Amino acid sequence: MHLLVCAGTGCRASAGETIIENFKKELEEKNLAGEVQVVPTGCFGFCEKGPIVKVMPDNTFYTQVTPDDVKEIIDEHIIKGRKVERLLYKDPKKEEHVSDSKHMGFYKKQIRIALRNCGFINPENIEEYIARDGYSALGKCLTELTPGQVIDEIKKSGLRGRGGGGFPTGLKWEFCAKNDADQKYVVCNADEGDPGAFMDRSILEGDPHAVLEAMAICGYSTKASIGLIYIRAEYPLAIERLKTAIKQAREYGMLGKDIFGTGFDFDIEMRYGAGAFVCGEETALIHSMEGERGEPTVKPPFPAESGYKGKPTNVNNVETFANIPVIINKGAEWFASIGTEKSKGTKVFALAGKINNVGLIEVPMGITLREVIFEIGGGIKDGKKFKAVQTGGPSGGCLTEEHLDTPIDFDTLMAAGSMMGSGGMIVMDEDDCMVSVAKFYLEFTVEESCGKCAPCRIGNKRLHEILGKITKGNGTKEDLDLLVNMCNVIKDTSLCGLGQTSPNPILSTIKNFYSEYLAHVEDKKCPAGACKDLMQYVIEADNCVGCTACARVCPVGAISGERKQAHIIDTATCIKCGACIEKCKFNAIFIK
Amino acid sequence: MSKIKSLADLKKLSGELKSKIDLREKGDNPESIVQIKVGMATSGIASGAKEIFNYFAEELPKRSIDAVVAQTGDMGYCYAEPTIEVKLPGQDPIVFGYVDIKKADEIIEKYIKNGELVEGIIPQNYETID
Ligand SMILES: Cc1cc2nc3c(=O)[nH]c(=O)nc-3n(C[C@H](O)[C@H](O)[C@H](O)COP(=O)(O)O)c2cc1C
Ligand code: SF4
Ligand code: SF4
Repeated sequence: MHLLVCAGTGCRASAGETIIENFKKELEEKNLAGEVQVVPTGCFGFCEKGPIVKVMPDNTFYTQVTPDDVKEIIDEHIIKGRKVERLLYKDPKKEEHVSDSKHMGFYKKQIRIALRNCGFINPENIEEYIARDGYSALGKCLTELTPGQVIDEIKKSGLRGRGGGGFPTGLKWEFCAKNDADQKYVVCNADEGDPGAFMDRSILEGDPHAVLEAMAICGYSTKASIGLIYIRAEYPLAIERLKTAIKQAREYGMLGKDIFGTGFDFDIEMRYGAGAFVCGEETALIHSMEGERGEPTVKPPFPAESGYKGKPTNVNNVETFANIPVIINKGAEWFASIGTEKSKGTKVFALAGKINNVGLIEVPMGITLREVIFEIGGGIKDGKKFKAVQTGGPSGGCLTEEHLDTPIDFDTLMAAGSMMGSGGMIVMDEDDCMVSVAKFYLEFTVEESCGKCAPCRIGNKRLHEILGKITKGNGTKEDLDLLVNMCNVIKDTSLCGLGQTSPNPILSTIKNFYSEYLAHVEDKKCPAGACKDLMQYVIEADNCVGCTACARVCPVGAISGERKQAHIIDTATCIKCGACIEKCKFNAIFIK
Repeated sequence: MSKIKSLADLKKLSGELKSKIDLREKGDNPESIVQIKVGMATSGIASGAKEIFNYFAEELPKRSIDAVVAQTGDMGYCYAEPTIEVKLPGQDPIVFGYVDIKKADEIIEKYIKNGELVEGIIPQNYETID
């Protein structure tokens, strides 16, 4: 038997490590260590209910396991063969325990290509990767295919960059291959820093060899001998796993000189970033690696012409790379059979927000938002109503009810006014105010703008101020027009992708939720009841019995009234702390 | 570990390592192999289910049959214990009752290998027992 225990960042934070230790100790004591193997793995994706423990071969899926549950799992499941009911995943709709992952809605519609090994192998053991046909794609490329044939295969697969832009990967490799130079570089962009995004980190933590293998394949195709992984210093676990993987790959001859006895040399080094969002932009990333300021520069020249140290450089995203070995092994046709006409394969999304199953998912392109949110995501939390979903992070937009049945791919999302981006997906319900959502993203861009160009540096600040004014009830209808105009100017005149896309959250919410903006500026009301400054606490005289409970709890003495008479709240004094609402047993206090 | 020098080397190593994660591969693709579930609730264990479980777990690999043997809770046929469920790829599962070592051997040789039905089948009308 194998016990797979998630050792990703999320689950480790919630005691994954102690669980692993306890399992080992307990098995040792019961003399079962020989029969039952404990395997620390990468993220299972089902983070909402972590830490996860999966028992193989019966595929039992235990959720929210604590170190104290270990003994029971061993005594009951391993020794007596009885599943521990209370730890099984409970279907929120049916209130039933689901014993194995095959039957969980969360996994039903997923296809795992980039995440194929996450939660399945021990990422710190190259042999488990090799057992899953690891490095055979590299072997095939080096011994059976010419660089040109590899590039053709990637082109035929239709793979597009997963870092946000969606540029065809095969074409990018071809550009770089065509430029002759004494030294070329392959760069893996692992700077992932959108709010809520953790797909790249999870791949690096759960399956680091897949990325190394793909980088070597890319090096062979583009005639580069050095690979560089640019990763945030704040991802210590991913860094640790990558270092271990690089070391093991060298020991096994999968990196270094004369790989597979073919005379091909390739090695990989790590470079650390300080965690500035703009450093994920490829030109800024290259400057940062060169020790310069991490600021973008105008393209052309593209990195494929003049990149790291002025040499031709191919930059790809982590998830893009993770797809490569599978495409080589299973063939371009197989890959191209998944997805839509112009977007092939799958995409990893980080589901977050007001959704039942928060976590990491991988779905075929062309799946609808409805399937993602209601089937895989298990629907909206607490039975609330779906309002919008934000895709593409700070560069993306909000999609609404009317987009629920649109198949998701690079082009449809763009047409709907959002973006694929790197794959963040934040779900909002009726309690979320769309003006505040836009403001949240603008706060992020203002913080992260490198300040090199004025429209982005100054413009985004102004946008943020105007949104602030609106949420405080001081906005006017003219402000809305001003917002739209400024957004368009910033989009057109900013140097890099950050400024060019930063107004998207505003534009899409104004377009899709115009009446909500109007309510803020004209009626000075926040329909979602989220903007504190626009809320008013009032007592409904008919319901009030005059018990005085609220008046006693109000910290600023804003409530007055005679005993057994209806009370009133003085809105000028009220600080909207909400203490009175909680105290009132008669449902007499409302927010308007 | 000495370096892998050729693609043939890698393939050989990969083949040798496969058995290490076999159990997990099978758990992930249960449709393609024989699945056997042994009812092992308290009553099942009392009636010798553990022995049957061990027998299948040992015998199937010996007889080169690709299978996953799992334990399951009470199957609801306490009167016929030990009970096992056998699911051949692409077929509906079948439950056998009063399984002893002799019966288990017969099930492997006749039903699993050749698809011949053997005595002791419990009629049922549900999809699967998990
Ligand atoms: C502001 C900004 C931030 C970016 N951050 C990332 C990032 O964190 N990771 C990433 O892979 N690409 C990021 N990109 C996209 C990269 O510039 C580049 O297009 C990508 O790494 C190319 O890889 P791909 O073709 O495999 O997607 C960012 C772009 C911009 C404008
Ligand atoms: S658009 Fe913004 S982030 Fe990009 S270069 Fe200009 S100031 Fe810097
Ligand atoms: S607590 Fe409710 S019922 Fe009591 S005085 Fe306040 S508003 Fe009226």
